[in-house]
Amino acid sequence: MNLPALHEMATGERRANGGTHIHTCVASGCLSSNSQAVHDSLTAAAVDADPNSDVRACAVGCLRLCSEGPLVSVTQPDGEATLYRNVAPEHAASIVGALNGGDAEVDTVDPDHPFFAGQEGIVLENSGKVEPERIESYVAAGGYESLYHVVHEMTPNEVVDEVTRSGLRGRGGAGFPTGVKWATVAKQEAAQKYVVCNADEGDPGAFMDRSVLESDPHRVLEGMAISAYAVGATQGYVYVRGEYPLAIKRLTRAIRQARRLGVLGTQVFESFFDFRIDIRVGAGAFVCGEETALIASIEGQRGTPRPRPPFPAESGIWGSPTLINNVETFANIVPIVREGTDWFASIGTEKSKGTKVFALAGKVRHTGLIEVPMGTTLQEIVIDMAGGTPDERQVKAVQTGGPSGGCIPASALDTPVDYESLAEIGSIMGSGGMIVMDDQDSMIDVARFFMEFCMEESCGKCAPCRIGTVQLHRLLAKLTSGNGTAADVAALEHLSDVVRHTSLCGLGQTAPNPVLSTLRHFPEEYEAAITK
Amino acid sequence: MNAAGNARTAEAEGHPSGDSRFRIVEATMKRHQYRSDALIEVLHTAQEAFGYLDMDLLLYIAHSLKAAPSRVFGVATFYRFFTLKPQGEHTCVVCTGTACYVKGAMGILAAVEEETGVSAGSTSADNRLSVLTARCLGSCGIAPAVVFDGTVAGDQSVDTVVEKMKGLLA
Repeated sequence: MNLPALHEMATGERRANGGTHIHTCVASGCLSSNSQAVHDSLTAAAVDADPNSDVRACAVGCLRLCSEGPLVSVTQPDGEATLYRNVAPEHAASIVGALNGGDAEVDTVDPDHPFFAGQEGIVLENSGKVEPERIESYVAAGGYESLYHVVHEMTPNEVVDEVTRSGLRGRGGAGFPTGVKWATVAKQEAAQKYVVCNADEGDPGAFMDRSVLESDPHRVLEGMAISAYAVGATQGYVYVRGEYPLAIKRLTRAIRQARRLGVLGTQVFESFFDFRIDIRVGAGAFVCGEETALIASIEGQRGTPRPRPPFPAESGIWGSPTLINNVETFANIVPIVREGTDWFASIGTEKSKGTKVFALAGKVRHTGLIEVPMGTTLQEIVIDMAGGTPDERQVKAVQTGGPSGGCIPASALDTPVDYESLAEIGSIMGSGGMIVMDDQDSMIDVARFFMEFCMEESCGKCAPCRIGTVQLHRLLAKLTSGNGTAADVAALEHLSDVVRHTSLCGLGQTAPNPVLSTLRHFPEEYEAAITK
Repeated sequence: MNAAGNARTAEAEGHPSGDSRFRIVEATMKRHQYRSDALIEVLHTAQEAFGYLDMDLLLYIAHSLKAAPSRVFGVATFYRFFTLKPQGEHTCVVCTGTACYVKGAMGILAAVEEETGVSAGSTSADNRLSVLTARCLGSCGIAPAVVFDGTVAGDQSVDTVVEKMKGLLA
């Protein structure tokens, strides 16, 4: 594969796509409300109406507004777009009929609705546009050109510099500067290095990575290949949750297509760069999201973490330097290479560059995926974009960061979404789960829910986490059952502090966060729960 | 005949029971060159073929990969995805992730348990139904979600789930 051949493929695909497009979302959310049948009947209806028409029905990735699925987006050749919601297979004829003027008898969504207007697409720029199961579709959207550019026109050091200057930070939650991580792996002297994509999205309430993998798998593969070239790795792994069968299927297919096209495998783009990607399927252990546990799991062991240093960048899979980044981090690489670091650095805040994808769920009117520039306030996201609670109740708290994060009270909704601001208020950015709770939800019960999760997911290797989470859960359960005392609350606080500072890995170190943040922001609930 | 050839010949003939499902497991091990770091991949395949991992199967895998049985058992029990008990004819998995939780997943689970008399994590005595919980299906946009026989259904309520269960077990 070379550049002219890639361009030829892109031009051919674009020519075939000159007419009207009917895009049906076939990511997991819509798929569970029967969107495959919707796509099939739209395809049939388009052929029935006019066998020679230039109307194309495509199965695409996430169209973001999951609560209104199945979603169908129709784009006319002049660029005019209509988004239909709650589409059923029997609506197909009506939608195809409306292509020549008139209105279909299907509910539509206003494309200027704040839910869409407030978004900025970098990670999700192709989501809902390209067909995830066809590499041609990704190539037509400019796919793999950045990889060609990197492999043939840049040195590995230049690539690392580029990523460093962009200010990109890890999207897995902790926000470590990506460029620094790449530079560390790049400067290691080793015969073998690895690149790992962490797709073990274990936080309950988070589904961004799943959507990215289901909607645009090639974007992640291209990002991984660029990173492998930069750090000198020849083997990559995508560690993906076993609970995401569709993502695994589409990734497997994408890897096979990319290898056949010569953009992965040996001699990528006829250069001396070799890079192979394999999939490792996780088996349902939250702790495997922690990088040293993930490495143990890739090696076929129980997923237990080990002390750091040495960091995986120095000693990872089988002792070799290993670069581990999250799905969303890899998905940011292609636009950075393509558009340049200045462009990327101009989006977001001073310390948090670019955008962040959030999975909005819980008690809000519009649930689904949103991608917003860093620094957008929670108020804008929860109230303006998501439309607040569905039944006019009061928003009480917003939970970010899953079991490692915290509950942000409604009084702090003016907090901008960036790594520092969220940490300051006792939560974390996390991987991007955002659950909205209303005045019916008890914050102590939410803390108990997360502690139960951490207790069951603790791998048992270190005592503070193994024993501490059980004790914390017991105290919280006592409080929610109405038998708590003031001494229990004091013990809760003290024990949280111990678990936080003495646990081996991130799971234990962050497990007390939901407790500490609710103690801080909702002390009145704990007071009310105490029986004298 | 050399030693390695000996071991392989025994495996190439499959399991002594003659059960053809062992061939599927065998093929996966072969693809990974019988490396013990492929253990998790092999367990995935084995569970897919057999539905669950019984002791005989685990010992067979341990022997083939030349891994200690304790390690194979340790890995199989560490990960939540693997089950050492057979599942019922039908399965009902209630998601208890955060989004589903705040939208009433526990009430749904209680209703399923009451309707069927099967408690979460167990299988009915007649082997007709297993009731399970999931950490998070990632279908938070359509919470609360329940998986009936492998098909995800969103926006569930106590009524829809009870009705579905009646249909499933009818």
